[in-house]
Amino acid sequence: MITLPRWFRRQSILMNETPGGPWGPGNDDDKSGPRNPWAVPPGGRKGASRPTALDEFLKRARGAGGGGPQLPPGVTARNLWLIGTGVIVALWLVFTSIHQIGPQQRGVVTYFGRYSGILDPGIRLTLPAPIVDVQKVDVEQVRNDDFPRDGGENVLTGDRNIIDLAYTVRWRVENPRDFVFEIKDPEETVRATAESAMRAVVATTTLNEAIGAGRTTIEARVTRAMQQILDDYQAGVRIQGVSIKQASAPASLVDDFNAVTAAQQEAVANLNNARSYSQQVIAHAQGEAAAFDKVYEQYRLAPEVTRRRMYYETMEAVLGRTDKVIVETPGVAPYLPLDRLRKVPDAQAQPAQQQGGQR
Amino acid sequence: MSLARNPIAIGFAALAAVIVAAATFAIVPETKQAVILRFENPVTTINQWQPGQVIGRNTGAGLIARIPFIDKIVWVDKRVLDADLDNTLVLSTDQLRLNVDAFARFRIVDPLKAVTSTGSTSATEERVADQLRPLLGTALRNELGKVPFSSLLTPERGDVMEAIQNSLQRNARQYGVQIVDVRIKHADLPEGSPLESALQSMRTARQQEANTIRAQGQKQAQIVRAEADATAAKIYADAFSKDADFYDFYRAMQSYRRTFGADGGPAPEGSTTILMSRDNSYLKEFEGRGK
Repeated sequence: MITLPRWFRRQSILMNETPGGPWGPGNDDDKSGPRNPWAVPPGGRKGASRPTALDEFLKRARGAGGGGPQLPPGVTARNLWLIGTGVIVALWLVFTSIHQIGPQQRGVVTYFGRYSGILDPGIRLTLPAPIVDVQKVDVEQVRNDDFPRDGGENVLTGDRNIIDLAYTVRWRVENPRDFVFEIKDPEETVRATAESAMRAVVATTTLNEAIGAGRTTIEARVTRAMQQILDDYQAGVRIQGVSIKQASAPASLVDDFNAVTAAQQEAVANLNNARSYSQQVIAHAQGEAAAFDKVYEQYRLAPEVTRRRMYYETMEAVLGRTDKVIVETPGVAPYLPLDRLRKVPDAQAQPAQQQGGQR
Repeated sequence: MSLARNPIAIGFAALAAVIVAAATFAIVPETKQAVILRFENPVTTINQWQPGQVIGRNTGAGLIARIPFIDKIVWVDKRVLDADLDNTLVLSTDQLRLNVDAFARFRIVDPLKAVTSTGSTSATEERVADQLRPLLGTALRNELGKVPFSSLLTPERGDVMEAIQNSLQRNARQYGVQIVDVRIKHADLPEGSPLESALQSMRTARQQEANTIRAQGQKQAQIVRAEADATAAKIYADAFSKDADFYDFYRAMQSYRRTFGADGGPAPEGSTTILMSRDNSYLKEFEGRGK
């Protein structure tokens, strides 16, 4: 600290002396050149040689009267040393024996390296370091690990298909002691376990299960498998859950998978059409049958009359809408200009009809 | 002027005391095992891992004293460590290539052996892991080479893992290592033709599925239609078989109306001219009853 101003000055002089420096031509000795604005004026920086406050203090601490005012009586150099040491010791005690444990944290206490217990949240006092060491571990906080870290990853299914999988594992520290002491890199271990468990589970399911209804089962199985593996390691970790964010066909196969969906919809549409046809046909048949039944009921009551009535009604309806030619003599039909008869306009055909009728 | 009054002397004495204390006492944390070398000659191990140890109760962690400047401490991690193996190409019995990422979790249970077998006095764990990695690779290739590809994708996988673990354990004993677990992280088809052909087979499988679904749908639809026709036929037959003769007449009447457009439906396409003989039964009343 005390050498800082001097160092600065020296540095500036050095820069000034550098030939070909960025601030002006190299021939700095040539007094006719432009003056370097950064250069220190002759005689050094202003005030650089003045004693600093720390100088003063040290001087006083050494007991030298110096030019400044005298220390108050009773404060000797020895006392100053004691105060200094006292402050350092106090700071050391404050910083190493008072521990603030957050609500989500636990403090793992080691006494000369040996595990001695857990500190609950709050302000806790322990013996100072290096006797006691406290390591804070987030316990309540649920950690989220995303797999893979970027995009999707290809996973082989049991039927040798490939799916694009992305999932999240939620976990928290259950046993801070095990978490701290049993495994070297617990976070990495959880990740590796998750990948291994997920792939092992997916490898026993089929493609359709994995991208469809089987997700929940897979999630549950992976959670169980991970918990078991981590318990074997005594990792002190509780897997809260695994959630599959994405399980789909690889991007290059999306069209083919869509084609399957389209085919399914087409099949459903086909079936719907068939069902509506079926409804129509049957309803029609029932209508026809019911109509026949009604008529037949009446017919049975008076068969001959009904029959004739129907006959005449039908003839009426039919002949009323058609052109008619009545031929008196049998055998003339071949000679009739039938094609011309056809072309007779309706208006002219009408009287002809009446004539025929009166005959 | 006594020594106690000379601050510089006190300072030096304190410094010397600190140095001696630091060289004598050492804190063995729960996470570390210590091998004490006396003139490079191993004397003892402290806080060595034992099965069934409970942390904080019967471990050797704590403050230890040694002979200053003579005893040297080599630290070896006590926790479960990890040896990762990435992208190992494995050939299954059916000659399918797989890219395998695997890891072994291990614990150094005999730190002395670990230190002597690797000849290291620092970073022993890393050296042990370096030694284990090729062993793990060999074990993987050997064991996975014995099974067909498909069994890697089945629960049999567990047995394969166990075989790998056992094989690795045999080789790892010389390093004072206990293999806790071996697991396959990834088992992927290598980039290029194997991956492509897998994707291709998926593609064709999808197409086949789509075609099947479509055909099944058509089949179902056809069946539904045919059933409807059959039901309709039965309804007709049930109704009309009550009087086949009357039905014939009734249906003929209906048919005439429809054919000549007299039933209120759409008009028939061709216009109709009816040529009737006067003997037609419809016209017979023109003659009058008297005839």
